[in-house]
Amino acid sequence: MKAVYIMWLRQLKRYWRSRGRMIGFLGQPILFLIALGFGFGPIYKAAGGGDYIQFIAPGIIAMTALFSGMFSGMEVVWDKQFGFLKETLVAPVSRVSIMVGKTLGGATVATIQGIIVFIVCLIIGFRPMNLIYLPMAFVFLFLIAFLFTALATAVASKLEDMQAFPVIMNFIIMPLFFLSGALFPLNNFPRPIYIVSKFNPLSYGVNGLRMTLTEVIKFGAVFDFLILLILSGLIVAIGSYLFSNVEV
Amino acid sequence: MNKEKIIEVKSLSKKFDSFTAVDNISFEVEKGSVFAFLGPNGAGKTTTIRMLTTLLKPTKGSIKVNGFDPVSEKNNVRNSFGIVFQDPSLDNELTAYENLVFHSVLYHVPKEMRKERIDSMIKFVGLFDRKDDYIKTFSGGMKRRLEIARGLIHHPKILFLDEPTLGLDPQTRNHVWNYIKELNKKERMTVFFTTHYMEEAEKMADRIAIIDHGKIVKIGTGKELKKETKTDSLEMAFLKLTGHEIRDDESTTKKERMRITGKMWGTR
Ligand SMILES: Nc1ncnc2c1ncn2[C@@H]1O[C@H](COP(=O)(O)OP(=O)(O)OP(=O)(O)O)[C@@H](O)[C@H]1O
Ligand SMILES: [Mg+2]
Repeated sequence: MKAVYIMWLRQLKRYWRSRGRMIGFLGQPILFLIALGFGFGPIYKAAGGGDYIQFIAPGIIAMTALFSGMFSGMEVVWDKQFGFLKETLVAPVSRVSIMVGKTLGGATVATIQGIIVFIVCLIIGFRPMNLIYLPMAFVFLFLIAFLFTALATAVASKLEDMQAFPVIMNFIIMPLFFLSGALFPLNNFPRPIYIVSKFNPLSYGVNGLRMTLTEVIKFGAVFDFLILLILSGLIVAIGSYLFSNVEV
Repeated sequence: MNKEKIIEVKSLSKKFDSFTAVDNISFEVEKGSVFAFLGPNGAGKTTTIRMLTTLLKPTKGSIKVNGFDPVSEKNNVRNSFGIVFQDPSLDNELTAYENLVFHSVLYHVPKEMRKERIDSMIKFVGLFDRKDDYIKTFSGGMKRRLEIARGLIHHPKILFLDEPTLGLDPQTRNHVWNYIKELNKKERMTVFFTTHYMEEAEKMADRIAIIDHGKIVKIGTGKELKKETKTDSLEMAFLKLTGHEIRDDESTTKKERMRITGKMWGTR
């Protein structure tokens, strides 16, 4: 437990100390928000979709959690290159606590990033439907962050250097993002793509976040919540296993 | 000859693809003794330590560290030792003090002892007035000193030191060795170290193993090694056993490359 805490604390300190750079990472989601929000807003409205900012804000917040989580997870590769991972791996602590500590740290950072973007959304006119649901929205935000940090951490345990990072970004993260319903509703898509999106864990995160922020909560939210929770548990288990076999 | 063995290695080998880095070595280390591993660059010293400390899976052979197998009883093995790595392993974005706290927590140093231990070790290596500075502002020797301080915070049964005094000035080297020797005597802590300083090995080690091209060529006390090679210094004995040619060091290149790539990505 203490091991988990100290690993979490380390990541938060590192985040705080490089906050300038980390805020820089928010440029991308904010750009998406503004460019798409104002660019497609009128078209969306004309097509009878309502306020586009209301629609994409949850998607962009999810995107922030996804990208930040991914990036935090990949920091394990740097730990490997700079030798610090050795220090962690020879310690007499369970691999589960290493995996959980790293993931919690990265997920907390990604959640904070998501909250900052949420605030930016508020500034440009986004209005949550019901403030009572806000804590639940943050739970979804955290679950998205946790799931994808865990995924990236697990993948990173197998990588030697950052060269694979752009590949992972372009062939895993971007497709996950575009097929999640974050930017546009997926129900009008061709059937095969719609079905694929149902296998995309991020779809459930985006859906849960959107429901708690802008809609009336339905039973579906519980389902989304459970899916994210179970997948997170599964990936933590896989990651712990991978960490027990890392050679440095 | 029935002294208690704390490390037992039998027919241990490690292959990287087709290259054999450690080639069928066997040796034992007595509990409470100081054991030195000498060998030219790329001889397989670090690779052996990585296998002993659960970081690398052997290709073949058996190991017992404090009675446990580093492959199947990793956590028990990890509970038995402390280590100072040859390569840097500090977090540059944390302060000296924070690095040591991180270590103490992972090694279960009780909270009430933590501050006292850390303070005393950080004073011991003369970095107390720099304790709240980031590691990235430290000189190479200062980082080395901190790595040693960190390795000594918890008092393990076995201490692995992979070229601990590399890059340290003679004063610090002496100071550090005196302390280690004292721990060795007082707490019967076994010390397993590698070095390229022959006088260090001769002075500190009860037994010395000379390894070359992954094979152990000789094991014995300093005296025995000199006697058997008919030389009058350990350095001469070492050269006689391992030859005079210089090793092209394949080992550094890969890691160096990784570091450089890391730098190009430019985060730390
Ligand atoms: N991960 C690896 N992949 C391939 N070869 C490796 C790897 N690690 C080490 N080697 C090789 O194994 C051999 C032994 O390396 P090792 O690091 O054990 O040497 P060493 O005795 O510690 O040398 P030094 O005195 O330079 O530290 C070297 O030839 C090195 O190139
Ligand atoms: Mg070495």
